[in-house]
Amino acid sequence: MVLSGAEILIRCLQEEKVEYVFGYPGGSVLFIYDALFQQEQVRHVLVRHEQAAVHAADGFARSTQKVGVALVTSGPGATNAVTGIATAYCDSIPMVIISGQVPTGAIGQDAFQEVDTVGITRPCVKHNFLVKDARDIALTMKKAFYLASTGRPGPVLVDIPKDVSMQRCEFEYPKEISMRSYNPVTRGHSGQIKKAVQLLLEARRPMIYTGGGVVLSNAAEQLTKLTRLLGYPITNTLMGLGGYPFSDRQYLGMPGMHGTFEANMAMHYSDVLLAVGARFDDRVIGSPDHFAEEPRKIIHVDIDPSSISKRVRVDVPIVGDVREVLDEMIRQIESGEARPNREALAEWWKQVEEWRSRKCMVYKNSDEIIKPQFVVQKLWEVTGGDAIITSDVGQHQMWAAQYYGFDKPRRWLNSGGLGTMGVGMPYAMGAKLANPDMQVACVTGEASIQMNIQELSTCKQFRLPIKICNLNNRYLGMVRQWQELFHGGRYSESYMDSLPDFAKLAESYGHVGIRIDKPADVEGALREAFTTHKDELVFLDFQVDQTENVYPMVQGGKGLTEMILSAEDL
Amino acid sequence: MRHVISLLIENESGALSRVSGLFSARGYNIESLTVAPTEDFSMSRMTIVTTGSDEIIEQITKQLNKLVEVVKVVDISEAAHIERELMLVKVRATGKDREEVKRTADIFRARIIDVTDTSYVVELTGNQGKLDAFIGAIDPALILETVRSGVCGVGRGDRVLKV
Repeated sequence: MVLSGAEILIRCLQEEKVEYVFGYPGGSVLFIYDALFQQEQVRHVLVRHEQAAVHAADGFARSTQKVGVALVTSGPGATNAVTGIATAYCDSIPMVIISGQVPTGAIGQDAFQEVDTVGITRPCVKHNFLVKDARDIALTMKKAFYLASTGRPGPVLVDIPKDVSMQRCEFEYPKEISMRSYNPVTRGHSGQIKKAVQLLLEARRPMIYTGGGVVLSNAAEQLTKLTRLLGYPITNTLMGLGGYPFSDRQYLGMPGMHGTFEANMAMHYSDVLLAVGARFDDRVIGSPDHFAEEPRKIIHVDIDPSSISKRVRVDVPIVGDVREVLDEMIRQIESGEARPNREALAEWWKQVEEWRSRKCMVYKNSDEIIKPQFVVQKLWEVTGGDAIITSDVGQHQMWAAQYYGFDKPRRWLNSGGLGTMGVGMPYAMGAKLANPDMQVACVTGEASIQMNIQELSTCKQFRLPIKICNLNNRYLGMVRQWQELFHGGRYSESYMDSLPDFAKLAESYGHVGIRIDKPADVEGALREAFTTHKDELVFLDFQVDQTENVYPMVQGGKGLTEMILSAEDL
Repeated sequence: MRHVISLLIENESGALSRVSGLFSARGYNIESLTVAPTEDFSMSRMTIVTTGSDEIIEQITKQLNKLVEVVKVVDISEAAHIERELMLVKVRATGKDREEVKRTADIFRARIIDVTDTSYVVELTGNQGKLDAFIGAIDPALILETVRSGVCGVGRGDRVLKV
């Protein structure tokens, strides 16, 4: 069958069972949009800015396990997409981004809307391609989806010059793909797993520390089974929330900079640490030197060998898919004789409970002024703890992570690695399209939400009834917090002046806007949003305490045990 | 520590910049980098001379392996290996210097491959130390140009880097 390059591209998306493409048209992608117009299988979501297209596709991917797809034009379309691509790259999200390019003959001529997209995106994609011949489109797209979704997932960009999208040729979609240069290992080395299991069972102060890899490989079930089988304490990183149920007794809360006292202390003083799909990030272990002061054996399971022994020295490295490795660990434990050391474990739990009894997550509530933590807790209550929660970046992100207890994976979408403000609403859009029957709320702040506020328009057009919980403290809260603590209270450029009336702004887009000033009105407003206005986008503008800080806190560069638990510790 | 890393990479446009970009983005050193297609034209072989602690070298090889177009990576300096580099030096060759340069070239088993009445081009192959020594042996005032290819390396004996 002879088709144009553009038609071939769309056929490839159909073959990959792509439901939604998030994008924005322009000169270089006109033929692609024309081909998109003439079919119904792949639906297009027109965003209002290319960054949001990539974030929305990213949110779609995070909330499912499918590859998110975005489509942008050349030049500014591609550069606007870069932040979205880098965000997905840092969190290993499977995505395919298609960008238009100027015609092959014009490449390098400084043509209108020309940039070296492949060059600009090279450091923030898993891989990228410039397709110079329509006959290569099908194979390239097959490779793109394969690369994006296998091994350590990540975004793959395909750059298509305009003449290539016009060129006609025979179309056949490859059924299989193999690349001699790309063969990710999925099965962990059984000898290493045996060593790990032995070490785990001999542990006296064991700790399980898991990250986004558990979510990405859909291994929450295996993780839960293994953790319960062993009876060990466990912590999930910001990216791994929901990997193990928050409500379970063995769960110690999140580790790291704003993690719980018990999780950080248990990480630090463990004698055997099982790290699964996590990467000992600076926001998790603080200073690696301080972390290394306490002797402990580390078992590290990760699909990416370069994540192992990068920031800490690992004793038992296991390269493989988290799910397969955990399955094998469970199998070996169940079929073996050895069991955890009960006495030592009881002693260890006593210590852990003592740490937990510090109740580091308790905050001082108020009848006068809305505490941001209180809003998140109420959101949890009203949604039955089972909504998809997206967030932007800053204090509200930490409060959402700390106070919305995630019992299941793929319920918590945030930019953990790159820390991109402005992801919240597009993530919620993608998540809602992927999960139309679920409640989706975006916990944000008045600064972050303004970074992609234009998407209120997209939400109207595509009838996306997401709930935006704006924790409005009129400050770049996290910046203000650091300025208060470490810069002598000099609030340089962190005050958000001239804010719009968000409720009216939402109304002007055709949504529902509610402003909430009193703690007593928080629950009512949330209930109204999720019941009365169930099918509408509701912008809840909570006027929260301007002075509230996120605790506990490990100052950047400090050790995990050097925590500030509350304002009294200062 | 100095390491010589050899790798096979798909012979595609942009492949080189993925490798060099990786080094600059992660702050690794490149002392020299050479690349050319192998007997199989679909693949290029690259030799990278770099320095770093054991941890850094481990990360470098892991990160190189992670590049989608990289087929195989070996640190050939981990065992017995041979390194060679080619150098072309254009020197001023007049008067008594003419004879002196010729003599030095002979000692180093270099060849003079271009001659004018005022200059020579000397070709010299060897490891980096030998090339450095030759430069040291020539009066700096005589050197007009120096071109070095960067290091090529191969493992000794049975150690073969092949797909």
